[in-house]
Amino acid sequence: MTIDPDLQGRSYPAGETYSVGREAIRDFARAVKATHPAHYEVDAAAALGHRDLVAPPTFAIIIAQRADAQLIADPSAGIDFTRVVHADQRFIHHRPIIAGDQLVAELHVDQVRAMGGGAMITTRAEISTVDGEPTATTTSSLLVRGEDQ
Amino acid sequence: MAVSISTLEVGRQIGSTTIDITRQDLVRYAGASGDLNPIHWNQAFAEGVGLPGVIAHGMFTMGAVVQLVTAWVGDPAAVIDYQTRFTKPVVVEDTTAQPGEPGAVVEVTGIVGAIDTERSTARIDLTVTFAGQKVLVKAQAVVKLP
Repeated sequence: MTIDPDLQGRSYPAGETYSVGREAIRDFARAVKATHPAHYEVDAAAALGHRDLVAPPTFAIIIAQRADAQLIADPSAGIDFTRVVHADQRFIHHRPIIAGDQLVAELHVDQVRAMGGGAMITTRAEISTVDGEPTATTTSSLLVRGEDQ
Repeated sequence: MAVSISTLEVGRQIGSTTIDITRQDLVRYAGASGDLNPIHWNQAFAEGVGLPGVIAHGMFTMGAVVQLVTAWVGDPAAVIDYQTRFTKPVVVEDTTAQPGEPGAVVEVTGIVGAIDTERSTARIDLTVTFAGQKVLVKAQAVVKLP
């Protein structure tokens, strides 16, 4: 497979809505060994001024990786998913993700750089509520290893 | 919140901790995150793609080590920016037959890397090591402080 050189600048419109549930927040918090009560108890979150459970700082990866999946699954992009390595990740939170949020993500391919026989692809997911309120911007660099790497 | 920007100093340590990781933790993370790549739970598959064994999701490690910051700052929503580069894999041994025994231990230390009094933020720099080697590089969490 060959990475499409015109991939840079491509974007994918918001796909399915992700409905942020309390149990998803609790399950994700347990999975990353996060113990803060604001992830588990509504009263503890309310005591800090939040209307419901607060998602852990990396929770948005669930939504970002679903958005990335659109790109990776796109045959015209030419990405062999079995050769993808996560190289770096950033989360910018415009506001916390709270249980009850209805979120969508628009994916942008910001950069494609040739690396040996492979490529480094930087994607950005703009996550917002279905009403258009910006929630988080996530950026991921994915190293697609070449055949000899 | 327990932390106030006026009491912070660049270079001061916010704390350190260790994180025990088992294969079961990786299965739990796979399920919760939706990242079902077999390199994180199947030895033969991991070795087949040239890895030394089953490795932790980079996002598991990134997600787990920031707990040091949220516990210190007192509100997980205070973390407004968090980034890292993934440099080395965390290989998790199969300790299924030895309950309570970790398959890998990650060490994390946080220091105050920068303070921005105008924006009322502090950057916490995390040092994350496994078997004596850095597994995350430029792991930085920016927190909003009162």
